[in-house]
Amino acid sequence: MDVLLYLVPMALLLGLTGLAAFMWSLKSGQYDDVEGAALRVLSDDDIKP
Amino acid sequence: MAETLDLSIFVKHEDNGTAHLDLAIEGIDCAACIDEIESCVLRLPGMVDARLNYTNHRLAVEWKEGEIAPTAVVEELQRLGYRAHPFQSRLVEEEETRRAQWLLKCLAVAGFASMNIMLLAVSVWSGNVTDITPETRDFFHWLAALIALPAVAYAGQPFFQSAMKALRNKRTNMDVPIVIGILLALTMSVFETLNHAEHTYFDSVVMLLFFLLCGRYLDQAMRRKTRAVAGNLASLRAEVAHRIDSSGEIVLVPTAALRPDDRVLVRPGERIAVDGIVISGSSEIDESLVTGETAHRPTRAGDQVYAGSLNYNGTLTLQVTAAGKGTLLDEVSRLLENAAAAKSRYVQLADRVARAYAPVVHTAAAITALTWIATGASVHDAILTAVAVLIITCPCALALAVPVVQVVASGALFRSGVFLNAGDALERLAAVDTVVFDKTGTLTLPDMQVVNPASIAPDILAAAARIARLSHHPLAAAVARTDGNRRSFEGVVEEPGQGVRTIVDEVEMRLGSPAFCGLEEEARESAARHPDCSLIAFAWGEKRAILLVRQALRPDAVSVVADLRAKGLDCRILSGDRPEAVAPIADVLGISAWRGGAKPADKIAALEELKAEGRKVLMVGDGLNDAPALAAALVSLSPISAADLTQAQADAVFLGDRLAPVLATIDIARRAHRLMRQNLLIALVYNLIAVPLAFLGYVTPLVAALAMSGSSTIVTLNALRARADTGTLPRRSETTPDLVLQEA
Repeated sequence: MDVLLYLVPMALLLGLTGLAAFMWSLKSGQYDDVEGAALRVLSDDDIKP
Repeated sequence: MAETLDLSIFVKHEDNGTAHLDLAIEGIDCAACIDEIESCVLRLPGMVDARLNYTNHRLAVEWKEGEIAPTAVVEELQRLGYRAHPFQSRLVEEEETRRAQWLLKCLAVAGFASMNIMLLAVSVWSGNVTDITPETRDFFHWLAALIALPAVAYAGQPFFQSAMKALRNKRTNMDVPIVIGILLALTMSVFETLNHAEHTYFDSVVMLLFFLLCGRYLDQAMRRKTRAVAGNLASLRAEVAHRIDSSGEIVLVPTAALRPDDRVLVRPGERIAVDGIVISGSSEIDESLVTGETAHRPTRAGDQVYAGSLNYNGTLTLQVTAAGKGTLLDEVSRLLENAAAAKSRYVQLADRVARAYAPVVHTAAAITALTWIATGASVHDAILTAVAVLIITCPCALALAVPVVQVVASGALFRSGVFLNAGDALERLAAVDTVVFDKTGTLTLPDMQVVNPASIAPDILAAAARIARLSHHPLAAAVARTDGNRRSFEGVVEEPGQGVRTIVDEVEMRLGSPAFCGLEEEARESAARHPDCSLIAFAWGEKRAILLVRQALRPDAVSVVADLRAKGLDCRILSGDRPEAVAPIADVLGISAWRGGAKPADKIAALEELKAEGRKVLMVGDGLNDAPALAAALVSLSPISAADLTQAQADAVFLGDRLAPVLATIDIARRAHRLMRQNLLIALVYNLIAVPLAFLGYVTPLVAALAMSGSSTIVTLNALRARADTGTLPRRSETTPDLVLQEA
């Protein structure tokens, strides 16, 4: 069971990375316009024909 | 509008040489609008950035200082078919946004912690019945403690702060037993971890926090959405005024830019945008939004006028007075203070329950500990069981029971065009048994309408509507609205104070006062028969007609009042207008209990009388004169066209031309209240089952986790029923601004 000694902290670290990513996205205003974000992804004006 | 609006006060100047402006946009209805608006605005010279927020319909534009005038952006949007209004974010809204972000952060931390701790806890639970070694269990418990302690310290802040605030004011609320439960459970779990015990409650604590934060966040998100729409509506309504500069030049500015002692020009047919004193000119003004009086008041130099009045026939020059000056406003604000002070603070349902709940739970825990000691158990076991009782009764379901219903119900209200200002208003609305309406602007529409179009020949009416289009007089505007034809006649001349005239088919056509059209005889007759109407005369050779104009009833007023009465609500009218003008309205609606000529103080007195009879009064009003009455009533509603001060006092504001939202509000509030009580009952039943189990010592962490999440889920699902049936409510009227059309 010694494997748990580094597997569990690693799992926690991964979780913390996810939490940090969420905090960053919140801070950078990615949740300010959730409806707009859902629609902007459909816009294809940036693709040259 | 040919004149351009001076937007300079809304522009924010950044340090790096760019200027920033926020605009609320009207007319956004599809995803393509995002691209169209952004790309067209960015094509303007000097533009640095344009970003449209589709959620709240606001456009942020940034440009190099001095390269382009802000009005060019508004004009470009106008060309594209959108109306843009400068938007000034209000302090309340910014505060709400900050709080929502904070709650979301807390929620993220609690979610992270509860998922990871549950992973460890499930391993321990399954290990306990199989072959986990004590060392591995201790390791897992220590890890859980390591996650739980900082997570609770961070994510628990909203509850700690709220509980501290309540305790400092020597009150208790639902957060006090929550905080006590959380802290005790944490302490005991740490203690048990140190003692290498089998059971800890870290998972229960963080899960509890996670559930509660979900409820709080949803509540906050709903309120924020309402505030954002209200903010947009406020900027759409934002009024403009013609300011006379020191050089005598006339500039169109938003009223927010006006300072006391500025001079403002008000032309005939314009709404007066500020409080002020007339320094020159004379006119008649319609103060129905201020006092409810529909008869016009002659005004001359030296008179005080109030924002919201409509200027009729003369041009006025005003000197702006500081807000809150003037005899009427003084009286209104004095009455408001008294009414707010006298209003016995309504205790919310949840707080009433909390007040009874906390002592009972804490007594139960104490009794548990004493009983266990008395029956020979060790002090350690006794305390453990007592803490288990506290954990299991930690009012998770109870704390969700009311807020979740509030969220769902305010969402349902939002969809029927009603914005709640106060969350606890739902409970008060549900208790209402008497509805008191103001007349002017509440039962009637704020705009004038022709009331006898059926008795006039269609061709005469059409001709009158076409010529009326070129008059600035507000009564003529009512005539113009009777016909959709946008073309008018050529060569129309306006005779100030009399009417308009032109030559059509070689015959002179006139629209204006009866004397101007030579119809004094008929006018006297009509005036005698319809004392509550204003008259407009029309003459075109032999074709003559008298048009009766007054504020018409809201289209569904009769049916709504009938429905309200069918629901057992007593409807009354309390108006500041003359009794002669109130009587016909009361007659049409079938309301026998009405009063006219009521001053603000009379309205309060009348409400106090009703209160003394034990009635629970809903006041619906819009005028400045209604503001104190709205504050004095148990609960209040006002239409979106109401005076600003009045809207601020109202517990909820409704949109549109119809009165149906009043009915919908009461329906939804009653259903919500029923669900709140059901939820509290569910929570009570849960406790009745859980407490004996905990008392007997059967509550392991696994049982606690199942019981708490189960009860929270049931309560939340039950609350969702508050949104049922809202589809059958009448759709909002066409005039509803499109920015609220999106579903909540």
